[in-house]
This record gives sequence, structure tokens and C-alpha cells, in this order.
Amino acid sequence: MAKVAIEGVSRVFPGVNGGEATQALQPTDLAIQENDFITILGPSGCGKSTLLRIVAGLDHPTTGRVLLDGEPVSRPGPERGMVFQSYTLFPWLTVRENICFGLREKAMPAPRQKEIADYFIGKTGLAGFENHYPKMLSGGMQQRTALARALANDPKMLLLDEPFGALDNQTRALMQELLLGIWEADRKTVLFVTHDIDEAIFMANRVAVMSARPGRIKTILPIDLPHPRLYTMKTTPEFSAYKARLTEEIRTESIKAASMAP
Amino acid sequence: MIFEPLKPVSRTSRIILGAVFFVVFLGAWSLVTWGGFIDQMFLKTPLDTLTTGYALFAEFGFHKDVGITLFRVVGGFVLAALVAVPLGILMGAFKPVEAFFEPFISFARYLPASAFIPLLILWAGIGEAEKLLVIFIGSVFQVILMVAGVVGSTRRDLVEAAYTLGADASGIVKRVMLPGAAPQIAETLRLVLGWAWTYVIVAELVGAETGIGHMIMDSQRMLDTGQMIFGIFLIGVIGLVTDFAFKWVNRKLYPWAF
Repeated sequence: MAKVAIEGVSRVFPGVNGGEATQALQPTDLAIQENDFITILGPSGCGKSTLLRIVAGLDHPTTGRVLLDGEPVSRPGPERGMVFQSYTLFPWLTVRENICFGLREKAMPAPRQKEIADYFIGKTGLAGFENHYPKMLSGGMQQRTALARALANDPKMLLLDEPFGALDNQTRALMQELLLGIWEADRKTVLFVTHDIDEAIFMANRVAVMSARPGRIKTILPIDLPHPRLYTMKTTPEFSAYKARLTEEIRTESIKAASMAP
Repeated sequence: MIFEPLKPVSRTSRIILGAVFFVVFLGAWSLVTWGGFIDQMFLKTPLDTLTTGYALFAEFGFHKDVGITLFRVVGGFVLAALVAVPLGILMGAFKPVEAFFEPFISFARYLPASAFIPLLILWAGIGEAEKLLVIFIGSVFQVILMVAGVVGSTRRDLVEAAYTLGADASGIVKRVMLPGAAPQIAETLRLVLGWAWTYVIVAELVGAETGIGHMIMDSQRMLDTGQMIFGIFLIGVIGLVTDFAFKWVNRKLYPWAF
């Protein structure tokens, strides 16, 4: 049985002030196996974030359903950890307190919280910044904290909505390796939304390419690159071949998306 | 360049500039009074005002008036805050609660507190209850709406992040909305405390036997402009001190917000 089953999920946003309704997502199916790492690649406005938010339970599908371990998803929950594109650390909490947030909601004893937080602080390279407030951190460090905060909760699956989208290229590359390293060690089930082709290939076991709005999953491309992956892999011929293929797929969709733009 | 938009000013310059204004103000006052441009009956010299003020404390027990006025302001304000902050938080967090209260409070907020004074005297007499009620009515609706606005504008993405970390509704209110809104709630209270001073003086001008406002009213009967001006000044000084204290406490309590 798939860890996560997305079954006929579609989303129509009702029109504002009697305007026309917008179909963001066509009925979509996707099965995600345990320990799978799937990236969802698509042009902007293709509904990829909408799909992720539905899996997270932050949005509701117009039709269809999402099953996690066979149970339908109806609301957000700690078993589906999420990292957002925007910086969503709680500004009034320090790095460590942010990482402990989910554990505190579970009413875990404080010493155990600290133990777990310190483990992930070490893993994400935040040692020395435990007592900093988010506003004192760079964007990259904020997202590392957000990642540590999601991981500390030990979720069954990790949902990432363009988590590195706001970072500069160098930081982004380092964050990709960091996340991949964590995945290679822990093998969490991951659903990762991005519009960056390199990122989609580098991170994924399978890339799900979405069509222009109204989105649907157009192609699923298995990425047969060995682990552990290093940044050097991005210049290999195999990587380039995947990139050429996906660039072509995305290009057609981007052109469609651009011609639809108002 | 002095006039460069939004260019920060150093701490020293800020203090000096602020102080210079007081010096200029005092200079102008000295000039028009000692220079004989204004009849002493309408405006006493700075020195006369100060000695009058000293006499008020030394001979007329003015500290009791100051004390009672402070009690009224703080008392009425605290009562208003005790009602308004929790209600504002509920309204900000829960839209049905807001829909229920908001239209009435928006209406009530425009009712001038001073217009209630004659009515309140009929209902509650001219004792402390009436004074506290004037301040309460003047502050409570403003605080409710401002707190509701602050809490209601909690960043949605923070709420969503908290949900994905396992928070339930009460966790969202207590551990996301409240701490996030706290510094601005404190700022709201600081602002409204300033308004409360206006209400207390108005309440003391009508039907009061004690308080700074009563002293100012009394001094008018004696044509003692020195006492009147001293009273007004003292309110300004107390306001300035409480304002600084409020700001200082906020910075200590919410270091992340500054």
C-alpha cells in the first residue's frame, strides 16, 4: 500500500464577487511510497503548491481525497511536517524554542525537548545560534531552523513548498545537500515542490511534472542517479540528459502558462 | 544632508534635539512674560509658575490631588484593559465573536466619554465610581477594537505552520496569536493611557472636589494662571514619565520585537 495516495484530487477556487471560478488543479492521482522522495516540478501558477497544501490539510480538495496510511486527510497534523517558502519561524521564540514548538504542543517533558532540539541543531549546523531570535538570522539559517523544527516533530512525511526559493544560489545548493544528506540517513517520505529543474532532479527519486493551469501531473520521471549524491553530480552527462528532457517538458508548459497570463 | 528621508539620527543628536525644543520653548515663554509682552494676569513667568507650584505642594497639599488623579486614571484604565484585552483577543481570533460585537462597539466608540458625565453623575453620583466610569467608557471601546485588529492581523502563515506542527485551536490562540500580538497590544495600551488622561481631567472639571482637574478649575475662579499652567504642565510631565516607563517595560518584555 502506498504511504500517501492522492486520488482524483482537484481544486476549484470560487470566483470573487461573482467573478468566474478558477480551476487550479485538475483531478490528479499520485501514489507515494514509503521513503520516497518526489519532487513536483511545474511552471508558476500550475497548482503545485495547492496540491501540496491539500496533502498538508491546509486546503481542501473540491473533489477527490488524500489518504495517509489509508486514512483520509481532513486537517493539518503533526505527522505531516511542512516547510514553507516564506519565513515562518515564530519571531518571539529563539531558534531552540522554535524547534521545540511541536514537541511542546505534544506536552513532551522539557529535558527531552531540549535533547531532541539539540540533536537537530547539530544536524542542521545551527550550533552556536540556539538562543538567537529569527530576525538575527540569515534567510538560509531561518530555513534550516524551519527544517529542524519540522524534523524534530518526527513526522511520517515531510512536505516542502519551495523551501529554498527565496535563497541565493550558493545557499540554495548547500541547503539541497543538507536536506538530501538528512534524507539519505533517515529516509523520510518527502514531497518537495519546486520550479527549479536542477533542484527537482538533484533531490528526487521521481520527478512529477505538472502541466500549466489548470494543473495536472503530466509525466512522472524516475531519477536513476546513485546515492549519496554530491553537488558534482549536477555536471554529469546523466544529470544533463534528465535536465534536457525536463527542460523540454517544462518549456511547453511555461509557454502555455505565459500565453494564458492576463 | 539633514533632510534625507528616513536617515537615522544618532542617539546623542536625538537627545540634544529633543532638549533644544524645551529650551526654545522656555526661552520664548521667558521672553513674552519678562519682556512684558503679555499681561501677568494671563500668563505668569516661568519662575512664578514654578514657585506657585511649589506652594501648591508645600501649603495646599497638592500631592493628595495628584495622588487621587493618578488613582483615577490608572484605576479606570486597568478596569478598561481587564475587560477590553480579553474581549479584543476573542474578537480577533474568532470571527463569529467579532461579527457579534463589532457593529455595536464601532457605534459605542463614537460616543464621547465626556457626554456621559452628566448622566453618570445622575447614576453614580460625584464619587470615585463616576470618575472611573468616565475613563472606563472613554478607553474600553477603543482598546477592544485596536486589540481585535492586532490579533486579527496575525500572520496566516505562522498559524498554518503551527497547525502543521500539531497545534490545536487553543494552542494557536495561546501560543501563536497571543505572543505575536503582545508587543502591539502593549503599544495600544500605552496610546490609550494617554487618552485616559484627557478623560480624567474632563471628569474632574465637572463635579469633583479633588484632583488636578479640580485644582485647575478652582484656580480659574481665583484668576491664578500660574497654578493652572503648573497643573497642566504636571500632567504633561507625568504623561512623559509613564510613557517612557511603558516603552522601557515593553522593550524588556519583548526584546524580539524591537
